[in-house]
Amino acid sequence: MVNSEVPVQNAKSSVLRGKRPKFTWDRAFPILTLVPSLAALGVFVYGFIFWSGYVSLTNWNSFIPNFSFAGLRNYVLVFQTFRFQSDLRNIVVFTVLFIVSCLIIGLFLAILVDQKIRMEGLFRSIFIFPMAISFVVTGVIWSWMLNPETGVNLILKAFGLHHLPQWFLSTRFVPNIQVGQIQLGIPIALIAVLIAAVWQMSGFAMAVYLAGLRGIPEELKEAARVDGAGPWRTFWSVILPQLRSTTTTIVIILTAASLKIFGLIYAMTGPGQEFVTDMPSMNMFQTTFQANQFAQGAAIAIVLLIMMAAFTVPYLISTIKQGGDA
Amino acid sequence: MTKKKMAMGLTAMIALSAVGLTGCGSQPASNTSSGSPSNTTSTQASSGPQQLQIFSWWTGVASSKALKSLIDVYNQQYPNVKVVNEAVSGGAGSNAKAVLASRMEAGNPPGTFQVHAGNGTLLSWIQAGDMAPLNSLYKQEGWNTAFPPNLLKLLTVNGNIYAVPVDMQRANVLWYNPAIFKQYHLTPPTTFPEFFSDAKVLQAHGITPLALANHGNWETTLLFSDVLLGTVGPTEYNQLLTGKAAWNSPGVTEAATTFAKMMQYVNPDFSALHWSQADQLVAQGKAAMNVMGDWAQGYFTTDLHLTPGTGFGWAPTPQTQGTFGVVSDAFGLPSKLKDTTPTLNFLKVLGSKAGQDTFNPLKGTFSPRLDSDPSKYDAYSQAAMKSFQKDQLVLIIGQGGVNPGFTNAVENAMAIFATNHNVSQFVTALASGAQANPLS
Repeated sequence: MVNSEVPVQNAKSSVLRGKRPKFTWDRAFPILTLVPSLAALGVFVYGFIFWSGYVSLTNWNSFIPNFSFAGLRNYVLVFQTFRFQSDLRNIVVFTVLFIVSCLIIGLFLAILVDQKIRMEGLFRSIFIFPMAISFVVTGVIWSWMLNPETGVNLILKAFGLHHLPQWFLSTRFVPNIQVGQIQLGIPIALIAVLIAAVWQMSGFAMAVYLAGLRGIPEELKEAARVDGAGPWRTFWSVILPQLRSTTTTIVIILTAASLKIFGLIYAMTGPGQEFVTDMPSMNMFQTTFQANQFAQGAAIAIVLLIMMAAFTVPYLISTIKQGGDA
Repeated sequence: MTKKKMAMGLTAMIALSAVGLTGCGSQPASNTSSGSPSNTTSTQASSGPQQLQIFSWWTGVASSKALKSLIDVYNQQYPNVKVVNEAVSGGAGSNAKAVLASRMEAGNPPGTFQVHAGNGTLLSWIQAGDMAPLNSLYKQEGWNTAFPPNLLKLLTVNGNIYAVPVDMQRANVLWYNPAIFKQYHLTPPTTFPEFFSDAKVLQAHGITPLALANHGNWETTLLFSDVLLGTVGPTEYNQLLTGKAAWNSPGVTEAATTFAKMMQYVNPDFSALHWSQADQLVAQGKAAMNVMGDWAQGYFTTDLHLTPGTGFGWAPTPQTQGTFGVVSDAFGLPSKLKDTTPTLNFLKVLGSKAGQDTFNPLKGTFSPRLDSDPSKYDAYSQAAMKSFQKDQLVLIIGQGGVNPGFTNAVENAMAIFATNHNVSQFVTALASGAQANPLS
C-alpha cells in the first residue's frame, strides 16, 4: 500500500516535466529501494511457483530427477485417485462450513463485546487468544478431547448418554451420495476438525468485526433510530450492510487459511480412515516427501494454487480498482 | 509509465528466476566416477584440515548421543579431520531425504549419509550412479564374513556392494502383556488360528486382543507386511517385494482376508493413536498384543520402565518364526565426492566391532556383526541378535525397504481397506500400485 504511492507521484511529475523522463537519482532511488524485495519475491515466490508448475509437467516421480515432458499426465493421475477426489470434497465442505461458522460466531461475539460492557479488553483478549496458539497445539489438544474413548465422551457417558459420537473417527457421511469412487456429503469426522478450527479462528473474525462495528458512524445509527427503526431493523438494514467490506476481508483471509490447512490435520487426525479428514496439502506433503513423487506432488500444489487464486485474485483486482478510482 | 515499470519488474523477475534455475541445474565438471574407492591415499592432498560431513536424521536424544559416540571413536583415530554432524530433523527422515536429494542433484554430496538397507532410496541412488561400490573396502576389512551374507545381499546390486550397515532393528515382533496371557492361561500365538482362538478368549473377557495404531498412516501397513510374510512365507514374500511375483495372487488375497479378520479384534480408535499409544495399551493391560518394530522396546524400557520378559513379552509375529524383518541403517560412499579418504576411514570405524558395540547400546539397537559382544546389550537385544544371526532376512513394506512410491500406494490403499474390509478392491489397488511404482 505505502509502496504503490511512490511511483504514482513519480509518474505525475515526469508527465509534468516532459515526454522523455531524464535519469535522476530522485527517480531512481524509489525503484532501487524496491529492488531487494522484488528480487526476493521474484525468486522465492514467483520463481518457485513457476518451478512447481514446470515440475508438475515432467516425469520426475522418483528420487532421481527426470525432466522429460509428461504433459498433463500427472494431473490426470492425481485426479483419478480416490484420495484426491476425497480431498477436493473435504476441502470444499470444510472451507464453506469453516467460514460460515467463523462469520456467525465472530459477528455474534463482536456484537456482545461491543455493548460497552465492563472489562471489554479482558473479553476481547479471551476470545482472540486461541489465535495465538499454533495449529499443531490446537490439533493435539482437540485430538485428546474428541477421542471417543477418552475425551468429552466420558462426560457425555457420565450423563447417561448412549450412542456417543465417534467424532473424527467416524466414516459416515451426511448426506451420503455415491459419486464414482467416492461418497459426496459432509464427512462427520470433519465436524470434529471444524470445531477445533472454528475455536481457533472465530476470535479473529470477532476482532475484525469489532473494528468494523467501531467504524460505523454513530450518526447513521442515530438517524435510523430517529426514523423509528428498532434494534433489529437497525442491525439488518444499517449495520450489516456497513459491514460488507469487513466480511469480504474476513472471508478472503479465512479462505486462504482454510485451503492451506495442514498443521491442524497433521496433528489432530492424520488423513483419517477412508481419507475422511484428508486435505490436498496433506496429500501433497506425503506424495512429495514420503513417496518422492515430486511431479505428482507439484501437480497437487498447482491445483491448490489455482483454487487459492480463484478466491484471492478477484479480491485483489477489486481492491486495485478501488484504489485506482480514489 | 506503469506499463514500463511492470515490464521492468517482469524482466527482473525472469532474469532472477533464470539465475536461480541455472543454479539448480549446474553440476561440477569434475564428475569423475572415482575409480577405486579403496584408494585410501587421497589424490588431492588438501592443504587445509580435512572435513567430513555426516548426513543423517538422527536428531533424537538416544540416536544423536549414539552418533556422537561414534564420531568420538573416529576422532580418536583421525584427530585431524573435522567432523560436521549434518543431521536434519523432522518427518521421520523425509525432510533429511529431501535435503539430501537436492545436494546430490547439485553435485555437492555429503561425506556419507544415512540410508535404509533395501530397495528403497538406496537402490535409487545406486541406479542414478550416485554411489561408489565398496567391494575392496569389504575385502580389506574382512567384512564379507563379518556380516550375515543375507544382509549384504540387501546392500548389493549387480555384484557390487554399496553400503556399510551400522545397526539392526526387527519389524516382525509381536509384543504382549505376559500377565494377561498368564491370567487366562494362554500362550502367545505362533500361528494365525492360534491368534484368533486367543483373541476370542481375550475379547470375551473384555480385553482388546490386538492394540493397533494408525495416526501416522504407516502402522497398519507394517502389520499387513507381517501378516503377508506369515501367510505366504519368506520365499514368495521376497518375490513379491522385488517385483518377481504378481500382487493379485491367491497368497496376497489370503493375507488380506486374514488382516480383515484381525481388524475385528482391534481397538476401535486405532486411527487416532500413535504407535507408542498402542504399546501403552498393552503395558497398561487394556490390550493384550501389539505388532510393532522393536523400536517399541525402547519405549517399554526407557519410557515406561518395564522389565523385559516380565513387564512386556515378545515373540515373532504369527507364522514368521525363523524369519527376521530387517530395518537397518547403512552408510555409503557418494560417487561424486572429491576427497574420499575421510569417508572411507569413517566407514571403517562404522563397520568395526568396536564402533558398532559403542554405537548400538546407546541407540537401543544391536550390531549386525556376527562377532558382536552380546554382554553389551539388554535381554531383548540379546534375544533378537540370536534370531538375527540364524534367521532368514527379509525386507518390509515401508521403512525404506521398497520403492517409496509403492509404500505410499499401499498406505493409501490401507487407509481405505482398514475400515471397509473390501479384499478384492485392496488387492487390485496393491497390484496397480506395484505396476505404477516398479519394485525392481
